Amino acid sequence: MRAVIIGAGIVGAACAYELQREGFQVTVCDPGVIGGGATAAGMGHLAVMDDSPAQFALTSYSQALWRELAEELPPTAEILPCGSLWIAADAEEMAEVHRKFAYYSERGIPVEVLDSQQLAEAEPHLRPGMAGGLLMSADGVCYPPCAAEWLLRSVSVIRARVVRLAEGEVTLDRGSRLEADVIIVANGTAAVDLFPDLPLAPRKGHLLITDRYPGWLRHQLIELGYLKSAHSTTADSVAFNAQPRATGQILIGSSRQFGAVNGEIDPPMLARMLQRAFEYMPGLAQLASIRTWTGFRAATPDKLPVIGHAPGYSTVYLATGHEGLGISTSLATAKLLADQLMNRESRIPREPYLPGRSYSHD
Amino acid sequence: MIELFINGRGFFVKEGTTAAAAVLTCGTAQFRSSVTGEPRAPLCGMGICYECRLTIDGVQHARSCRIMATEGMRIETT
Ligand SMILES: Cc1cc2nc3c(=O)[nH]c(=O)nc-3n(C[C@H](O)[C@H](O)[C@H](O)COP(=O)(O)OP(=O)(O)OC[C@H]3O[C@@H](n4cnc5c(N)ncnc54)[C@H](O)[C@@H]3O)c2cc1C
Ligand code: FES
Repeated sequence: MRAVIIGAGIVGAACAYELQREGFQVTVCDPGVIGGGATAAGMGHLAVMDDSPAQFALTSYSQALWRELAEELPPTAEILPCGSLWIAADAEEMAEVHRKFAYYSERGIPVEVLDSQQLAEAEPHLRPGMAGGLLMSADGVCYPPCAAEWLLRSVSVIRARVVRLAEGEVTLDRGSRLEADVIIVANGTAAVDLFPDLPLAPRKGHLLITDRYPGWLRHQLIELGYLKSAHSTTADSVAFNAQPRATGQILIGSSRQFGAVNGEIDPPMLARMLQRAFEYMPGLAQLASIRTWTGFRAATPDKLPVIGHAPGYSTVYLATGHEGLGISTSLATAKLLADQLMNRESRIPREPYLPGRSYSHD
Repeated sequence: MIELFINGRGFFVKEGTTAAAAVLTCGTAQFRSSVTGEPRAPLCGMGICYECRLTIDGVQHARSCRIMATEGMRIETT
């Protein structure tokens, strides 16, 4: 069986890896470098999240897969088992810490509640007087483009754009065609070029990386206010997000903007994002920044990815719409697709992510 | 003259000396190590190349060619 995968981001790479293990002869097409799209722009936080039961199922399944894979990944994939710390600024957010604690512990995810002082000890550069936090010790961080490169190390990758899709066949920009028994559309936000009806919207984000300050930051930090801001599916927002890199660098995020079409730095938005970060960690303002950039997340109305058989085709499958969690959920995405292709049950229900669903949201 | 400390040792330098010049005149050629462990020292002398970074008064990655030596300054090579 031959499979053609459109897109060499982390999602396409994970699908290629999985299908190759199932015995498919896999070819991946991408006009750019491996992992050069959203995969290079993102933060690489490997997180379990619980916005919805389906999001929890996918992120926790995928995290277990990352843990297994971490044993094999090369040092360039920069796996850092730093854990995540959700920061509660006030009593209301602390109530959310306790709710999350109950939710995760019931489901076997290792979590710990930190009070104000324990939080200050865990991250001395946080502003004093935070209400507390939730430590998720199984979360981690990776460097996604190198993980993608490793997943594709023995897969044939063609440097070309797919310009047309038909049953069992793709046409490349250089005019040639590739036949396949299975075609997987994993080209992120660009999936709408091939499937104009997909409800995908690009959601722009800014990030900034500092010079190397080993030990300055210990955990991936996320403010719980993020729940309020990232929940909004329309308004522009910023949230404090800081990540320690294996190099000692600190990656600072994040912003979410709809309707932005070009990838240029938007100085007022970047300033807003950094202002938010300095409110949480004033000392960040003293560190040297070396680079800022932007990327686009592929957002769906119900905040779940699109994984599975494409309506109207028998040979085409979709794997896109992973919004801000595509690194985390890439490995489980590939498993669900492979299970569907092989007519097997999956470890978690596949229905919430199927392309033909209603996409309704609250 | 100004007294400053390089890796904990006291030295006197002339007023108007940059931190980079102070470190060089006091006999240290290696300011820092690159990521791959290569020795590094000032190159451009005007704040562009970032090769002259030192920890100055506790601030890491300070470009020493752009900073004047001051009384009691503590400089660490890395
Ligand atoms: C600022 C920011 C922060 C993020 N932080 C995190 C995080 O901490 N954790 C996390 O899990 N996720 C995070 N994400 C989300 C994550 O980066 C994405 O969900 C993920 O990278 C999506 O991977 P992908 O393979 O679907 O898409 P992409 O990486 O965009 O790959 C798609 C590929 O398809 C190629 N392509 C496009 N059109 C065609 C075509 N016609 N033919 C062939 N190839 C084509 C492109 O060149 C590209 O390489 C973040 C995203 C952003 C923007
Ligand atoms: S010597 Fe180039 S920045 Fe200082």
